[in-house]
Amino acid sequence: MKHTISVLVENHAGVLSRVTALFARRGFNIDSLAVGHTADPTISRITIVADGDDHTAQQIEKQVNKLIETIKVKVFSPDEILERELIIFKIGAAPTQRSEILTICEIMGARIIDMTPTTMSVEMCDSEVHLERMRDMISGYGIKEIVRTGPIAIQKGATTIR
Amino acid sequence: MIKAAQAMVEALVKEGVRVVFGYPGATICPFYDELAKTDIHHVLVRHEANAGHAASGYARMTNRPAVCVATSGPGATNLLTAIATAYADSIPLVCITGQVSTDQIGCDVFQEVDTTGAAQGFVKHSFLVKDASTIPEIMKQAFYIAGTGRKGPVLVDVPQDVQNTMIEGGYPEEVHMRTYRPMVKPNSLQIARIRKAVAESERPLLCVGGGVFLSGAVKEAIAFAEKARIPAVSTMMGLSIFETDHPLYLGMLGMHGVRSANAAVSRCDTLIMVGARVGDRAIRSPSLVAEGKTIIHIDIDSAEIGKNIPVDIPLVGDCRGILAELAEGEYPDNHRGWLDELAQVKNDVSTNPETLGFVNPKLFIRKLSDTLPSNAICVADVGQNQIWCSNNFGFRTGARFLTSGGMGTMGYSLPCAVGAKLACPDREVVVVCGDGSFQMMMAELATIVQEDIAVKIIVMKNKRLGMVRELQTKQYEDHQIAVDIGDKPDFAAIAGAYGIEADKCHTMDEAREKIEKLVASKKAYLLECNVSKLESTLNGG
Repeated sequence: MKHTISVLVENHAGVLSRVTALFARRGFNIDSLAVGHTADPTISRITIVADGDDHTAQQIEKQVNKLIETIKVKVFSPDEILERELIIFKIGAAPTQRSEILTICEIMGARIIDMTPTTMSVEMCDSEVHLERMRDMISGYGIKEIVRTGPIAIQKGATTIR
Repeated sequence: MIKAAQAMVEALVKEGVRVVFGYPGATICPFYDELAKTDIHHVLVRHEANAGHAASGYARMTNRPAVCVATSGPGATNLLTAIATAYADSIPLVCITGQVSTDQIGCDVFQEVDTTGAAQGFVKHSFLVKDASTIPEIMKQAFYIAGTGRKGPVLVDVPQDVQNTMIEGGYPEEVHMRTYRPMVKPNSLQIARIRKAVAESERPLLCVGGGVFLSGAVKEAIAFAEKARIPAVSTMMGLSIFETDHPLYLGMLGMHGVRSANAAVSRCDTLIMVGARVGDRAIRSPSLVAEGKTIIHIDIDSAEIGKNIPVDIPLVGDCRGILAELAEGEYPDNHRGWLDELAQVKNDVSTNPETLGFVNPKLFIRKLSDTLPSNAICVADVGQNQIWCSNNFGFRTGARFLTSGGMGTMGYSLPCAVGAKLACPDREVVVVCGDGSFQMMMAELATIVQEDIAVKIIVMKNKRLGMVRELQTKQYEDHQIAVDIGDKPDFAAIAGAYGIEADKCHTMDEAREKIEKLVASKKAYLLECNVSKLESTLNGG
């Protein structure tokens, strides 16, 4: 089962390595990882999407909490959070295909950020479901490259982690 | 302004450190240069791992963080095994290592290794100090982190140029860490639930582990068992909490434990584990054991609770206060039948008959514990010797058993005993090891002589790596490979070469006489025992 884990840590060198090493050691496979500092620049927020059973997720939460530089850990189920991920596609696009691709981008909420005679680069920021739909829509044109950030997540409603 | 190295040493003085164990090298020289100006006694070991193990013995007997020191590169990597050993048994250490200068880090220069990276999986915390001005605060935090909550080793890796940087002195009085709050006030509702579960239980069982020592809760554990009339078993790390002959005590549980203790674990209806982490050697099939029982788990580390065994009543906190509160409860006298039943299976630790030309190790250990003063410290190594000690040493009130329980690190006993003896110079400290484990650290005989440390050493010589041999016999159709270590060296002669008095024994009659001599000696003493290669650790076998 997929778990989204938010970890608030001291913004120090080496902290990320401690957190990820712990995941590896406890047999939790990291699907994606995104890091950035929070409203307080001395605190970083790590968002990890990982695969594992509930028992392992609970262990991970406790073990990450034990790290001296960890401020807060929360494991979320998918319905508790809003997730967003940034993706960039480099699509094969002959001049005759440009307008079709442009229409798809408009409908899907994606944006063209670069263009050459044979390619278009398109960015999109959305939930994973929508990103996958976009990928399906453009796969026929030939996807030359994909780069994605991995999701970041925030709790629905007024609740905050601090 | 002072040198950061001086601030490191001043931190040790402020923390009340009297002894450090170490081995110098180029990158840690600034620290040593300052250390020389203090009254702190430096014990020069013969291998960095032994600095860590000696500090471990010292920490366990003083129940405070102890300090070990090594240089960068090979010094640091040699120390790693000791750090991992301390981590597995939650022993508080502050490990100081030199590092190459900050401008050289990452250049693969002479004696450079990523020490904090290498140790990452088995330290409670580590620091690579880049800013010299943070030294006082980091040293304060290192001692605080090592010695509070679930204790453990903390590594402070300090580049040589950082040690030589001039900084403002002054040691902080208090620790300010927003992320680390180790003190957990135990939940009083859970304490009430435990009291109720124990009161209603017909077949309760207490299992004590190393955490009871770490929190200084030996008296409280015994008081609770006596008040509630609960029989008790112990993990290997919990040995010597209860005296062996205590009427409620059944012995060590687990793979190498005694039948009475394991019978109690399988037949009880309520299992109260205190400061024990349900390691596989103690409880091999936790889910099976838990079936149909109320499992109560008390530990300072919430991550241990529910990790290996499903728990009905979890309680996070320091077990000293918790056990004291539990001992104040009122419990009906409703498990006499249970105690009588257990009395039937108690004391099944038997031995095979004496074989001519050999010392029977189980009888030897019993004689040894009978002869030693009641408050003796017994340090067992790893292997058959460890199990022989665990199940045959008669611990009396005030005795203490030390061993590497979690990691099972061969070679732990001799350096650990060095530390224990320095912490408790008035107590008798006896090392029991095999000829395999002794050869892993016998260089420490030099330290023992140089420091004039009166430890008593028993070498059980069976010319085998006996524990592995047993495993090969039982599980690999007796295909013995890489377990024959030959009959060399002559350990008594080795000791003699160091100027340590030594003797040998080949029969139990000889052993009885020579144990007396060993205990009576005021100096270090080594006794080599000729043990049959066929001896096993099994009870009754």
